[in-house]
Amino acid sequence: METNYTPQDYKSSGKVKWCPGCGDHAVLNTLHKAMAELGVAPDQMAVISGIGCSSRLPYYMNSYGFHTIHGRASAIATGLKTANPDLTVWQVTGDGDCLAIGGNHFIHAVRRNVDLNIILMNNRIYGLTKGQYSPTSPKGFISKSSPYGTVEEPFRPAELCLGARGQFFARLLDVDLKNSQETLVAAARHKGCSVVEALVNCVIFNDGTHRDIQEKEFRADRTIYLRHGEKMIFGNNRDKGLMLDGFQLKVVTIGQNGITEDNILTHDAHCIDNTLHFKLATMTGPDFPVALGVIRDVEAPTYEEEVRRQVADVQAKRPQVKCLNDFFKTLETWEIK
Amino acid sequence: MIVTNKTLDKAVIRFCGDSGDGMQLTGTLFSTLSAVFGNEISTFPDYPAEMRAPQGSLSGVSGYQVHIGAQKIYTPGDQADVLIAMNPAALKTNVKNIKRDAVVVIDEDTFDQSGLEKAEFKTDNPFKELNIESAQILSVPISSLTKSSLADSGLDNKSILRCKNMFALGFVCWLFNKPLEQAEHLLGNKFGKKPTLLQANLKVMTDGYNYGHNIHASVSTYTVNPTKMEKGTYTDVKGNQATAWGLIAASEKSGLPLFLGSYPITPATDILHELAARKELGVKTVQAEDEIAGVCTAIGAAFGGNLAATSTSGPGIALKSEAIGLAVMAELPLVVIDVQRGGPSTGLPTKAEQTDLLQALYGRNGESPCVVIAASTPANCFDYAFQAAKIALEHMTPVILMTDAFLANGSSAWRIPDMKDYPAIVPPFVPEEMQGQWAPYLRNDKNFVRYWAVAGRKGFAHRIGGLEKDGRTGAISTDPENHQRMTDLRQKKVDAIAQVIPPLKVEGDPTADVLVVGWGGTYGHLYAAVEELNAAGRKTAMAHFNYINPLPANTAEVLSKYKKIVVCELNNGQFAAYLRSKMPAGLDIRQFDKVQAQPFSVEEVREAVLAQF
Repeated sequence: METNYTPQDYKSSGKVKWCPGCGDHAVLNTLHKAMAELGVAPDQMAVISGIGCSSRLPYYMNSYGFHTIHGRASAIATGLKTANPDLTVWQVTGDGDCLAIGGNHFIHAVRRNVDLNIILMNNRIYGLTKGQYSPTSPKGFISKSSPYGTVEEPFRPAELCLGARGQFFARLLDVDLKNSQETLVAAARHKGCSVVEALVNCVIFNDGTHRDIQEKEFRADRTIYLRHGEKMIFGNNRDKGLMLDGFQLKVVTIGQNGITEDNILTHDAHCIDNTLHFKLATMTGPDFPVALGVIRDVEAPTYEEEVRRQVADVQAKRPQVKCLNDFFKTLETWEIK
Repeated sequence: MIVTNKTLDKAVIRFCGDSGDGMQLTGTLFSTLSAVFGNEISTFPDYPAEMRAPQGSLSGVSGYQVHIGAQKIYTPGDQADVLIAMNPAALKTNVKNIKRDAVVVIDEDTFDQSGLEKAEFKTDNPFKELNIESAQILSVPISSLTKSSLADSGLDNKSILRCKNMFALGFVCWLFNKPLEQAEHLLGNKFGKKPTLLQANLKVMTDGYNYGHNIHASVSTYTVNPTKMEKGTYTDVKGNQATAWGLIAASEKSGLPLFLGSYPITPATDILHELAARKELGVKTVQAEDEIAGVCTAIGAAFGGNLAATSTSGPGIALKSEAIGLAVMAELPLVVIDVQRGGPSTGLPTKAEQTDLLQALYGRNGESPCVVIAASTPANCFDYAFQAAKIALEHMTPVILMTDAFLANGSSAWRIPDMKDYPAIVPPFVPEEMQGQWAPYLRNDKNFVRYWAVAGRKGFAHRIGGLEKDGRTGAISTDPENHQRMTDLRQKKVDAIAQVIPPLKVEGDPTADVLVVGWGGTYGHLYAAVEELNAAGRKTAMAHFNYINPLPANTAEVLSKYKKIVVCELNNGQFAAYLRSKMPAGLDIRQFDKVQAQPFSVEEVREAVLAQF
């Protein structure tokens, strides 16, 4: 769809200061393109962030932007969207900002279904503070604050999102530009809280954390791009697919053991029951491909619209109270003459 | 016996019982009907932190004190003339709050072996044990009379007993010669939707009144005559309600929707309750996941152009500190309400203290000036909430409004204002013609306030944040000179507000040598003490502060006139220390401090000030 905007219209004059090779650049450029495709005017959108490398992103957008404090972007964005439901509100956050210090605000924004588009840039490391392990670093991860390896299990963002009754979860890979734009556009179009986990590389402190799936030669074999209504087929030769085996998913090869395309699952992102979305979102190698694209996309009433509706309903029921003077007349009062 | 009648200038009545006995309702009804009758009123609820402590236990006693007057009264009163004790525990925990010759009404049905044991009495004569034999004890079988009154009502036993507070109310109405018609009207409003309960409560109340009339008790009844109050329509208002309504008033006068982000916390929660109920006036409330989210949602709403507020108590202020600093740095309007309670830590959640002052003034990282103002009566919480919002919006700054548990839950009669008498609130929106030349931190050079472009306004997209920024372009800046300049500007912006707030005024006898100084919720007690001192020939002046940062412009001028300054506050001298840091050297600033999580008594203030003469 043609709109009146080009990606250039969303670029601010601020000089981008991320390290060369950082995965955040790709997400920023994709967001510029996605906004141009959506055609929302730059001054009708706001980007809210917390603290961390990824949270610098608002400075690079020619929109309204608020670079706030560590972990609180979800709460600030919730207030902004509730106050001004007509704005398109993005939240940009990282694995530390969103899942450690901001974990509580994140799950509640998801639970309330505030219409925010949350880009969670997951590089499994604290970059801005120069290399400590994060809540998504794998167990045993060696970093400056875990010289002998971590002894704790990581979060998987999809589990938190779906566990908090999230209605939209998608995943993108920094190097996969074309599909990333489609994913961000879908997140923006979804009414309700959209969580997009962006798997990004930290070239300085955690280089290659997503190498298993980033490298072009095996990306097609190790990831599956999901689209609603399409067969769950992947692989360099498009000959692999997903099927259900009892309650479990399994990877099959089309043409072997009598399996045809018809046997392969068709992706239903709109299914209200999230059981299969859970399974898809938590697939990992080497036995399974990592799911990219929109995994869950279910329409549900949004928080800010419910707030607006409730105000309108009460106003309709109490038409005699339009201002404070009217309200005072409804109190228990007495006259002194 | 002959029933005599005494006319009093004022009287203090304290209702107390088990926390399930409905004493808060009884007290509220009695104060309202006294006000309707034309008395001055001031009330103070005193309830336990536990929702339901064991029945009959000392920790489960809930009280409600009402001060009624035929003249101006300023406090809920030090000691009660009349105590209604619905059980032995209520008697035991409240004897310290009564006068020597007080009338004590007890429900004698509860003074059995079991009741006395639950209240940890050691003998079977509680009056002797408490050394209150000089009081006039009126032993009334309230429970059994309530049961016989409602024997034919069809209500179950439990529901019947829940009406016994109405028997007490009826009896007290007789004691104070209050006609029952108004009480009937009030009950009608309360129970209107439940006709069976309404009838039962009305019958018990009437029987309580008639019982007093018929027993020929050897006690005098009292009359407190109506006072001459300013003409108008009045209501009984609690501080938290008034605070909530003051914010709505500011929303109307600024034309900005009101947004409250809040997390439940005693004693501030009623502000959230009241605003959540005011949807007909367009108020949006978010019950946030925690205190931090409460203030952060408000900051987001401010960025989006709402009048944004958050309500809390001391522990919540501690949690919100970093975010308040963000509002200081981003220069966004924000109202933060601190309904103070006893501290530190969880402290005494239902009790009042003034121990958050230095936290409000200084409890943030960096040089982080906030406006701090304080309400001083339950009713003027309305005006100071309005002022807090007006200053926040017109000066693009967070404003911390200090109230306390005493103001929040206490009530006084309030002459309902007409909103047309309140001033307009005019936020410094960027003029349209600045489009193209505007940057987010360009300021008005008179009051140093930056121009505001609300997120979503066409043509003014911009970025702000918690990092230091260049004063001209708004871009991130670590330049040392710029940081000094911005620090100075943020301070000057707050200091300049001294030019728009009212001057400090002196009450009592301005020609005195001794000046009593207070701030916030202690006004009534300090004023009553100063009035008594002057009446006794001890010339005393008084200056009470509602504006704390910045101080009124004439503060040094006023304080310099007095030989001795006695700062009275419910903390260890926080305002005194602040004044010493702000005032010229050489002032004789003394302190009278109390940290018992209770209001001052007029008597102790009077004696403390007298000791300074």
